[in-house]
Amino acid sequence: MAIATGASGGATAITDAKRRYKAGVLKYRQMGYWEPDYVPKATDTVCLFRITPQEGVDPIEAAAAVAGESSTATWTVVWTDRLTACDTYRAKAFKVEAVPNSPGQFFAWVAYDIILFEEGSIANMTASLIGNVFSFKPLKAARLEDIQIPAAYVKTFKGPPTGLIVERERLDKFGRPLLGATTKPKLGLSGRNYGRVVYEGLKGGLDFMKDDENINSQPFMHWRDRFLYVMDAVNKASAATGEVKGSYLNVTAATMEDMYERADFARQLGSVVVMIDLVIGWTAIQSMSNWARRNDMILHMHRAGHGTYTRQKNHGVSFRVIAKWLRLAGVDHLHAGTAVGKLEGDPPTVQGYYNVCRDSYTRQDLPRGIFFDQDWCDIRKVMPVASGGIHAGQMHQLLDLFGDDVVLQFGGGTIGHPAGIQAGAVANRVALEAMVKARNEGHNIRVEGPEILRKAARGCSPLQQALDTWGDISFNYTPTDASDFTPTAAVAH
Amino acid sequence: MMTNPVRKITQGQFSFLPELTDAEISLQIEYGLSRGYAWSIEYTDDPHPRNTYWEMFGMPMFDLKDAAGVLMELQNCRKTFPQHYIRLIAFDSTRGVESIAMSFIVNRPVSEPGFGLIRQEAGGRTIRYTVHGYAADRPEGERGGNGKS
Repeated sequence: MAIATGASGGATAITDAKRRYKAGVLKYRQMGYWEPDYVPKATDTVCLFRITPQEGVDPIEAAAAVAGESSTATWTVVWTDRLTACDTYRAKAFKVEAVPNSPGQFFAWVAYDIILFEEGSIANMTASLIGNVFSFKPLKAARLEDIQIPAAYVKTFKGPPTGLIVERERLDKFGRPLLGATTKPKLGLSGRNYGRVVYEGLKGGLDFMKDDENINSQPFMHWRDRFLYVMDAVNKASAATGEVKGSYLNVTAATMEDMYERADFARQLGSVVVMIDLVIGWTAIQSMSNWARRNDMILHMHRAGHGTYTRQKNHGVSFRVIAKWLRLAGVDHLHAGTAVGKLEGDPPTVQGYYNVCRDSYTRQDLPRGIFFDQDWCDIRKVMPVASGGIHAGQMHQLLDLFGDDVVLQFGGGTIGHPAGIQAGAVANRVALEAMVKARNEGHNIRVEGPEILRKAARGCSPLQQALDTWGDISFNYTPTDASDFTPTAAVAH
Repeated sequence: MMTNPVRKITQGQFSFLPELTDAEISLQIEYGLSRGYAWSIEYTDDPHPRNTYWEMFGMPMFDLKDAAGVLMELQNCRKTFPQHYIRLIAFDSTRGVESIAMSFIVNRPVSEPGFGLIRQEAGGRTIRYTVHGYAADRPEGERGGNGKS
């Protein structure tokens, strides 16, 4: 439902310059931040905000305020605007619609001219788009739901240093999801004990093991020790299987200098992959992406901390926006949810995140929460990672939801296996290969999946034990972040 | 003999399953053809994890749309190299992919010698690793083949 634009009572931009720049306070829409007839240019960035205005605040004025506070506005008129081509610098709110079934919430579309953002800088783009505006008093809450980034700006980024296609070529692994596990317990193991878990998992059949987000260099295990033991495990497992193996060495640290030092050591030891946490920030992420490019390294991104701003539907930033920014910033792996595991995620919404990572061209897809078409301009594709509370008994669901280009990480589902870590890895690999084979043979795995697993388990006791232990474990809670899509195609401009 | 859980090299899509029958291989070939992939056959006597370029058994079969034809080529390859590793590879030429979309082993030597790990100790407790294929110790042409493995 479109909101009446109202032509009276100071509802529109003041065009007379003398009145417009008279000292004092004007409504944002009077200042030129609301332009209902505006048609975004091919070089504009378009943002879709979900806003919850305070009681009594008109939604159009609130939308204009979002446009103003995320671009040039301050709270009062300033004459220095007149020294600039200020009409072009103003972001323009051009459409406001009520969010279906959500009283008090509105979708606001805002367009930004390309001059507003420094080329190749996510830090700069985010400083505008999610800067001051999210603390703005007239709004109870605001959320950046989706973003359309123009091709001209996309091409100022280098994107993933490796990308999922080249990653597969380096690893010599094709036509199936990759398998991983996070080493557990995440805190407390010594380097020697830690490497044991890595070796057992990789020899048992996993492609990757992984440091957890908060494993850096604590008293129980300093980073050099971890890297040395882990790489012994990786190389031993590679020799035992004839496969390329990896373990994401987390180089997250207090300073860039520390991170570079750790990453360089990982490179010297022959690791194929290093890992960073989202909490290091956009600038550090782009620096590490450049480092990974220079050193032929896969860059794994753990999205630690994202839930603080992505989970609540009325306030923050949707993960689909974070995923778009991370693809531009340049990471190769990105945790994007499991839909069926222990962590938050409505299945179609999670599929939307995966598509943003992997598409060549993303089409508007409202049930999956994708509001805009997005041309990725041949930028490489990010390998999404499904991690958190998943197990072999869900293999058919995971393959059906996410397809081949995903890393499936079974941490507890590998290390918690009753017959040991190698057995846990075998169970996962057999379940995966059996499911891929059956799908390719034409079986409907969504329906026949449990039977395919039971059949595979007849020849594989580790898989039978896994199914006996976890077969009926599921995490069925109502997602907090399902898509509130509007049923018309009008949401795309 | 290799000591990993399946006692064999685990490269490719289906190494943890029982060896695929020709009927099962045909179904996989058909799946690839239905997605527009081109199949090719490669073989080697040196399956080192970093040995990217196995020998090509002929050109990729870009114009072959019949699974039986691909299987016949595979049988020719098996006849010629019964004790080599042979893999089937499907290429996807879609823009933005332009790489391998499927890859699985369809022939192995009777006995798989596997690999050793050579460690060279360096400064700061660092170790430099070499994964060494036992098969590669023999001269070219005598590895694994001719029942000498």
